[in-house]
Amino acid sequence: MKYIPTIGIECHVQLSTKTKLFSEVDNDARGKEPNSCVSPVDYALPGMLPRLNGEAIKFAIRAGRAMNCEINASSRFDRKHYFYPDSPKGYQITQFYHPIIGAGFVELPDGKKIRIEHAHLEGDAGKLTHFDSYSLVDLNRVDTPLIEIVSMPDMHSAKDAHDYTKSLWRLMCYAEVTNGDLYNGNMRFDVNVSLAPEGSDELGTRAEVKNLNSFKSVERAVEYEIKRQSKILDKGEKVIQETRGWNDATGETTGQRSKEEAKDYRYMPEPDIPPINLTAEFIEEESKKLPLMPKDYKEKFSGKIADDTLEILLDYPSLMKKLAEVKDVKRVSNWFASVLLAEEKSAEYLNDLPTAKQLDDLSEMTEKGELSSTGAKEVFLKFFDPQMAKKEAKVIAKELNVIQENDLGELEKIVDEVLADPATKQAQEDFKAGQEKVIGFLVGQVMKASKGKANPSSAQEILRKKLA
Amino acid sequence: MRIADKTTTAVSLVKEALEKAKKYEDKHIFVSLNEENALKKAEEIDAKIANGEKVGRLAGVPYALKDNFLSKEGNTTASSLMLEPFHSPIDSTTVKKLEAEGAIMIGRTNMDSFAHGSSTENSYFGPTKNAVDDERVAGGSSGGSAVAVALDIVPFATGSDTGGSIRQPASFNGVYGFKPTYGTISRYGVVAMASSTDCIGFFTKNAEDMDLLMEICAGQDENDMTTLPDYYSETPEKPAKKIGIIKDFDNDAVDQDIRNVLAEKVEFLKNEGYEIVELDMPTLKYALAVYYIVVPAEVTSNLSRHDGIRYGYRSEDAKDLGEIFSKSRNEGFMSENKRRIMIGNFVLSSGFYDAYYLKAQKARTKIIEEYNKAFEKVDYILTPVSPNPAFKLGEKVNDPVSMYLEDVMSVPINLAGVPSVAVPVGKTESGLPLGLQVVGPRRSDKNLLKFASVLEGDK
Repeated sequence: MKYIPTIGIECHVQLSTKTKLFSEVDNDARGKEPNSCVSPVDYALPGMLPRLNGEAIKFAIRAGRAMNCEINASSRFDRKHYFYPDSPKGYQITQFYHPIIGAGFVELPDGKKIRIEHAHLEGDAGKLTHFDSYSLVDLNRVDTPLIEIVSMPDMHSAKDAHDYTKSLWRLMCYAEVTNGDLYNGNMRFDVNVSLAPEGSDELGTRAEVKNLNSFKSVERAVEYEIKRQSKILDKGEKVIQETRGWNDATGETTGQRSKEEAKDYRYMPEPDIPPINLTAEFIEEESKKLPLMPKDYKEKFSGKIADDTLEILLDYPSLMKKLAEVKDVKRVSNWFASVLLAEEKSAEYLNDLPTAKQLDDLSEMTEKGELSSTGAKEVFLKFFDPQMAKKEAKVIAKELNVIQENDLGELEKIVDEVLADPATKQAQEDFKAGQEKVIGFLVGQVMKASKGKANPSSAQEILRKKLA
Repeated sequence: MRIADKTTTAVSLVKEALEKAKKYEDKHIFVSLNEENALKKAEEIDAKIANGEKVGRLAGVPYALKDNFLSKEGNTTASSLMLEPFHSPIDSTTVKKLEAEGAIMIGRTNMDSFAHGSSTENSYFGPTKNAVDDERVAGGSSGGSAVAVALDIVPFATGSDTGGSIRQPASFNGVYGFKPTYGTISRYGVVAMASSTDCIGFFTKNAEDMDLLMEICAGQDENDMTTLPDYYSETPEKPAKKIGIIKDFDNDAVDQDIRNVLAEKVEFLKNEGYEIVELDMPTLKYALAVYYIVVPAEVTSNLSRHDGIRYGYRSEDAKDLGEIFSKSRNEGFMSENKRRIMIGNFVLSSGFYDAYYLKAQKARTKIIEEYNKAFEKVDYILTPVSPNPAFKLGEKVNDPVSMYLEDVMSVPINLAGVPSVAVPVGKTESGLPLGLQVVGPRRSDKNLLKFASVLEGDK
């Protein structure tokens, strides 16, 4: 039988605020000792009270706006209770009843709109590392601000799920609310998949695959679930509602013993944090701070960057920002596209981008013919070399000795030398006999003689004149 | 100040307090003494005064700290096994403010474990005895603090009041006990019982001392988002004219001595020119039921952090993670703690939340409205603190409901978040102290304390 999959996704985004959601300690624990970014509040000493980080509210407004969502003027926090060593308070502070972000939508590259049900602020849990007979607890991540984005079940294929998660990632990165480092869990996805027979009005029983951390794994997990559930349904059996884990190595999901169903989080309004009441002016003011979004860049660069190139470059928000600053977008974007497409660790090129001036100078030199396209590329690559990165384009070009010979008198001498060389005699005759493409060989000889510094188009011009 | 006048020294005051504390050891007022630190601090203050340096408003004044206040000195146990031992790396806001003014903590006072109780009999360390009668309870949960002040061991002690935990022991031992408007004093660093009703307050011998402590400790705290913007010191003076009494609270269930002293005080106020207004507050009878839903819910939540993982008690028998949680909590908490944890979990359970917790919150709103209406008619309300004077040790401890009923006149005030001061106004025929409470509208704290001293007038 043919089945229609229905997919809804919950996404946790770690916000890159300076401090944690409820305390003053550093929210950026990258490279720090375990349990070194933990305040008495995060550690849940007795008598400690949460202190809401206003920056997280601002981030939530931006994130909400990036997804075309309503921002709720009034929201509040609730406690979600469970015992586990990753949760020092014995509860997570979240927004169960009144979330800060209301309904909205995310548009996929193919034009589909995926509705957002709501999104809410909450504190992250700590990290456990399990060993044979013991486990280690690291509370650095406790109460890192998260927003949990809950989609409507508007997706119907693995591709939809992939595109949605990728679009979300881009939106959150462009909104500058997260570092967006998927490898380190800055965004995590829980994917709900159910199948219903084609033509049926009712949705099937869903399985939830938890804790996926890449678009690819979201896509593969959905593909796997569609196959797994189809097989069950084909046999006339029922899909069990359960939480499943994803094994990236085997490409399979596995049931995680469904004690889930018995879970009762005993939600309760958080009495230590008063309700958050935002004025329309405040929401408006923060909304205005939303940086340019992918769609804005698409509009801005349309006609200057080829659509398929742009689609690749859009994965790098800092690069988009840089391209918006440079004069010759077309040329600069091509340089970036060439390295990002060709190099293994392409993202490393984006850690420390060249300045707009460096890029503009390089464009100008190329435009004027002072650099060949190869020379320009060489200079461009040096922008990422820590030894050279801070130097001006012209200085680097000089050091690399790639500035083209534009002195026509000098060039004519070289051309004469090449033409006087017996090794080119045959080629000269062939050209005169009408073999047009031989000119390339001759230009190559001039380039060689000039040690690459000649401007090839000038060289060709002179050659043609002399051979006419 | 006597110390600043050099008529006495901080060291001699602290020594005197410590001696008295030891003298009354059998009353079981303190769970720990802070002798060494206290004497060292007293010496520092004396040295400062000798050098002519500026000292605080409480320089050299010894005080007792309820055992649920975090302080870097000694262990904070909330008189429980669960926090035995717990050494705090930080000071609660109140301790910080008191110490900044030079007050010296001489010891931590006994309380019902995690402040669950009305008699201090639920302490892991055993009960505190009443100041005037060794066979009777001190009241609770702040029993130790009340007795420490009643017996003149210290001029003041800290307390926390979630449903009467300051006012009732104050009344049982014949001292002033003040529960300010919710949010007036920071709760930061006080082991939480029920976040939405917990109030920090004090025990003193008179209203003036109470006012000074409020001047020092009231105020907005960035570490407690529920604190109100500073208002205490700037309260405009507003003399009282109309005093309300609650019809429903004058009934046969209330001890005759208490009814008599209330009647006497009403007469006294009339003679002083006050207008007495009888109030009908029919919603208050639901307050106890509401309280025992809202408070256990918050209690169960706030006690979740005591899981045996990071600090405090951990069962030695625990064999796996589940047992660390269950055995540590089962052994570390006392029956009354567990009773409230279970009630709380029940009312928050999925499917019951709407029927209990949500409904209780709605009833709570009605209670708040009823107080608002009452304060449109009167300046303050005068009522008993509890239906009975200090009862016998062991009399109610195995009958939780009758123990809960002791709070029937104090809990509505916590639910409404309004201030109330227990004033010592007399004695029973057998000589037990009796107090009445004066309840005011939100943020009337300063004027309320002024009126309270009027009430004491003809004692």
